[in-house]
Amino acid sequence: MPTTLAEKVYDAHVVRSAAGEPDLLYIDLHLVHEVTSPQAFDGLRAAGRTVRRPDLTMATEDHNVPTLDILSPIADPVSRAQVEALRKNAAEFGIRLAPMGDRDQGIVHVIGPQLGLTQPGMTIVCGDSHTSTHGAFGALAVGIVTSEVEHVLATQTLPQYRPKQMSVTVDGELPPGVSAKDVILAVIAEIGTNGAQGHVIEYRGRAIEALSMEARMTICNMSIEAGAKAGLIAPDQTTFDFLQGRPHAPQGADWDAAVEYWSTLRTDEGAVFDREVRLDASTLTPYVTWGTNPGQGLPIDGIVPDPADFADEGERSDVEQALAYMGLAAGTPLREIKVDTVFLGSCTNGRIEDLRVAASLLRGKHIDADTRMLVVPGSVAVKAQAEAEGLDRVFLDAGAEWRGAGCSMCLGMNPDQLKPGERSASTSNRNFQGRQGKGGRTHLVSPSVAAATALTGRLTAPADLETVPATRPTTPTGV
Amino acid sequence: MDAFTTHTGTAAPLRRSAVDTDQIIPAEYLKRITRTGFEDGLFVAWRRNEPDFVLNRPEYAQASVLVAGPDFGTGSSREHACWALLDGGFRVVISSRFADIFRNNSTKSGLLTVALPQADVEALWAAIEADPALPVTVDLQANEVRYGDTTVPFSIDEYTRWRLLEGLDDVGLTERNIPAIEAFEGARPAWLPKALPVP
Ligand code: SF4
Repeated sequence: MPTTLAEKVYDAHVVRSAAGEPDLLYIDLHLVHEVTSPQAFDGLRAAGRTVRRPDLTMATEDHNVPTLDILSPIADPVSRAQVEALRKNAAEFGIRLAPMGDRDQGIVHVIGPQLGLTQPGMTIVCGDSHTSTHGAFGALAVGIVTSEVEHVLATQTLPQYRPKQMSVTVDGELPPGVSAKDVILAVIAEIGTNGAQGHVIEYRGRAIEALSMEARMTICNMSIEAGAKAGLIAPDQTTFDFLQGRPHAPQGADWDAAVEYWSTLRTDEGAVFDREVRLDASTLTPYVTWGTNPGQGLPIDGIVPDPADFADEGERSDVEQALAYMGLAAGTPLREIKVDTVFLGSCTNGRIEDLRVAASLLRGKHIDADTRMLVVPGSVAVKAQAEAEGLDRVFLDAGAEWRGAGCSMCLGMNPDQLKPGERSASTSNRNFQGRQGKGGRTHLVSPSVAAATALTGRLTAPADLETVPATRPTTPTGV
Repeated sequence: MDAFTTHTGTAAPLRRSAVDTDQIIPAEYLKRITRTGFEDGLFVAWRRNEPDFVLNRPEYAQASVLVAGPDFGTGSSREHACWALLDGGFRVVISSRFADIFRNNSTKSGLLTVALPQADVEALWAAIEADPALPVTVDLQANEVRYGDTTVPFSIDEYTRWRLLEGLDDVGLTERNIPAIEAFEGARPAWLPKALPVP
């Protein structure tokens, strides 16, 4: 029977299946961070259990990490306790840890691919919703919760039910200035935050095949915001090129064997998806969100919607509540929304390519005087790479802040937070109420919209910049 | 994990849809490293900012069944949301639709989620608003919610039901399959990555 890519990976990892029970899946890689693991390790200790495969487990510190002055002890006692608990647990259970300051430290979903630990056809779990990021390599990557973290630590397996299959096909070519982030925001706006519930999404089509690995990760990252269990993309030459030579990628004859296997990982002709969605890339424009969930987004040319236009009562009241929280009036053009803070970073858009795109728009210019911009690389290695390319200078010269690696203002567990009523344009993945700080208001955007917005202080598409006078004259060396 | 057979208590109507886990318990509480004591974070923003929020009203203070609008538990996969509900005295959440992840989490911690058609949720809301002291019984052996003269059947998958009824822990169940796990491990390709340090 023809099967989908996700089914192939799933089937290859079934340790045991029995009627009426979940399948037991083997887990190839378990990524661990400080927030969702302390109670799991406690559970192991309480039951006198050990970690079954420390060699398939990797830990890092990311959510609570300060992005300034990373070498002093963390000031916040609770953040410090989580980080210290992880250090103690990693040492006690024999797990490799990339702590603050380590060359391999960074957001868990950035370091897995960067180290080459994330490979096609693997099963990958992490106690974190955005584990779907790793699906960009054709891996089945699922976010799990603390009790499942404990289960995987103890047994290297996870009970799972076979997910439903969904395809999102993006045909055509993306117009200039439109990015992977806009694609996924458009998909979520189209199908809703529950549109993929119970499904694994396979992203396919010409526009997806043309994307870099970084861009594929951006798309898979936000699968969870459409309610999906995971998102993945069939591995191809782009995937192999990205992996070759990375520290944990196979080498020599192993590399050849791996590529041969990886090349078989595609959806068969005639495989059936439970749900299919199609999108034409050439019709897309930059997307921004106006509300308090990632499905409440529109092309930047749009206006803030009017609750009265929603026939469904529940929807109408959701829109009313979102606008009240966001402090927005119906009918306001999205381009007129003024922001206080621009955040460039996160596991959605904190990779080198994202920083390059933003820097190319900022080079030789200065950000708006009333706007602050935080640039937070996704990992220590991304930071080092950006500095080697001189991107840190571009950001600093433009008046932005250049920070250390971590999750930072994506969820504000560290000191990087919005104040009540403050408004951000953020390249992260969630605009929930209070996500970036109590009372903070978030508009989700792509890296290029983030940079353009920083220059004008209002939500701005990169293409608008040609008609907006820069705060300072541009130098002829602009990229 | 405590076994769940049948539970009787009063119920609180939470007339809101798409309650996400950030509202159930905000991110700041995720910093804790303990597994209990999350009741102070449960719906804390609403409890603080809205004096007549349903759980601030004395007649619902002792409720142990939460009856919520559709799409309960969307957003971040924090299991703390279930712990906070349990710590806050709830054993059951009823809604017409739950986010997958929330539902999956709830069974692991012994919190029962019951999906009922929206019309039944509306009827239950009306009943517990008319009489906040009305006892509501959620019977997992009979797969029924009962209150007043009303009986509403619900369905739940057999495996989850069995585990809740027995109060069985996941790891212990899987450990019965160690030989199968060992066999699987023996057949994995050698080139698969190991997370050990590379010079
Ligand atoms: S960057 Fe944001 S979404 Fe990604 S892992 Fe960190 S907190 Fe989660």
